[in-house]
Amino acid sequence: MYRFTYHQPADLDEAVQIASSSEDGSYLAGGMTLLPTMKFRLASPSDLIDLGAIEALRGIAVEGGRLRIGAASTHAEVAASALVTERLPALTGLAGRIGDPAVRNRGTIGGSIANADPAADYPAALLALDAEVVTNRRTIAAANFFTGFFSTALDPGELVTAVRFAVPAQAAYQKAPNPASRFALVGVFVARHADGARVAVTGAGQFATRYPAFETALDTSFTPAAVAGVTVDEAGLMTDLHASAAYRAHLISVMAKRAVAAC
Amino acid sequence: MATDPSASIALRVNGKDVEGRAEARTLLVDFLRDTLRLTGTHIGCDTSQCGACVVHLDGVAVKSCTVLAVQAAGREVRTIEGLADADGSLHPMQEAFRQHHGLQCGFCTPGMVMTAIELAQSAEPLTPEHVREGLEGNICRCTGYHNIVQAVLAGAAAMRQ
Ligand SMILES: Cc1cc2nc3c(=O)[nH]c(=O)nc-3n(C[C@H](O)[C@H](O)[C@H](O)COP(=O)(O)OP(=O)(O)OC[C@H]3O[C@@H](n4cnc5c(N)ncnc54)[C@H](O)[C@@H]3O)c2cc1C
Ligand code: FES
Ligand code: FES
Repeated sequence: MYRFTYHQPADLDEAVQIASSSEDGSYLAGGMTLLPTMKFRLASPSDLIDLGAIEALRGIAVEGGRLRIGAASTHAEVAASALVTERLPALTGLAGRIGDPAVRNRGTIGGSIANADPAADYPAALLALDAEVVTNRRTIAAANFFTGFFSTALDPGELVTAVRFAVPAQAAYQKAPNPASRFALVGVFVARHADGARVAVTGAGQFATRYPAFETALDTSFTPAAVAGVTVDEAGLMTDLHASAAYRAHLISVMAKRAVAAC
Repeated sequence: MATDPSASIALRVNGKDVEGRAEARTLLVDFLRDTLRLTGTHIGCDTSQCGACVVHLDGVAVKSCTVLAVQAAGREVRTIEGLADADGSLHPMQEAFRQHHGLQCGFCTPGMVMTAIELAQSAEPLTPEHVREGLEGNICRCTGYHNIVQAVLAGAAAMRQ
């Protein structure tokens, strides 16, 4: 790991101020992605701005009918939250199956979405649950947040403060985990909102996306058979050492069926 | 705040106040092993996947290879060295690993035991399934896990008595 200067700001303003005045600063949340990346010297920030002491980034609450999860909430906190379990059990299950217990004890929702790994679990939930990403500057609709392979709409220095999820009538998430890391080989999040179904897929392509063909099929008939009838095109899906595009296309279909059945 | 090359950090480790110098980039595991000479905590990978380095930070199981030493300043760390009683009698989880042959080479064992203790403290009743899921982040190259699972179930039962 290259040298850097470590900061532990007490509030949001100070964190953003340090980020803007540093040469090439990075926020540090759970460190579960950033620190391994720095160990490999694939990242070498001049400054690390530890978000761990900022109270305003914590907490889970219901706000205007939406479920608000502070950016620094760990996967373990989300998985153990009675409020999340009551309103959005699919999200409890998703958070509780990220990585392993020690990763869940440190890793955060804000870090996960800012990192935008194509195989991360949360991005599928954000898209299917019509979430809003709240930052220190603005509110970004999930639909506009994930913009590509490990890329987001965040500007340099912009800090995610919370994610606000819509609460649908029914929702479920199913993933085929990579057996070593538990990242999604393919993960499908299905949600049944008052105005129609939303289906989002992670792990399969360059970044998480919605699958309108599934949604149309589910709006006609909210059954596993309806999604089974949709042909998934392998064009644009990833082929890597873990799985071929054809296998991923097959998994999308299977996970979508299971998710609808689990709703 | 902490700047390189090194600053003094103070924390509590296994119930004792300790102090040592660390760079901002020093990992907690290296601080424990090299500065405090607590070499029971192991390093088995550089991808945060093997769990050999698991310690408790304020009571929570963390991979000490993926936490900075400065992040532990002012906090409480418990390592494998902090489990046995002063008279040398083993913690119930350590004793269960011994009884059930939950180790062969022993490299993964400190992390396994620290993870297992957190698992045993969870409110749910433990099944072999839970234990296998709970040890998802701890890799063992020797045992095939069967005896580790038996050990954790027995250790958890002993801890709950
Ligand atoms: C062994 C292992 C297994 C894993 N398995 C899974 C899995 O199954 N599924 C899954 O989804 N993930 C998995 N992960 C990733 C894990 O969920 C990470 O916790 C997550 O991707 C990053 O979150 P973090 O809080 O650790 O962020 P960090 O590593 O601290 O930061 C990641 C990036 O986000 C930026 N950032 C952090 N917080 C903010 C913020 N509030 N605003 C703006 N930028 C911010 C940082 O600057 C950095 O660029 C795994 C990780 C490991 C090590
Ligand atoms: S050394 Fe920490 S997870 Fe492998
Ligand atoms: S006993 Fe050898 S790695 Fe587990």
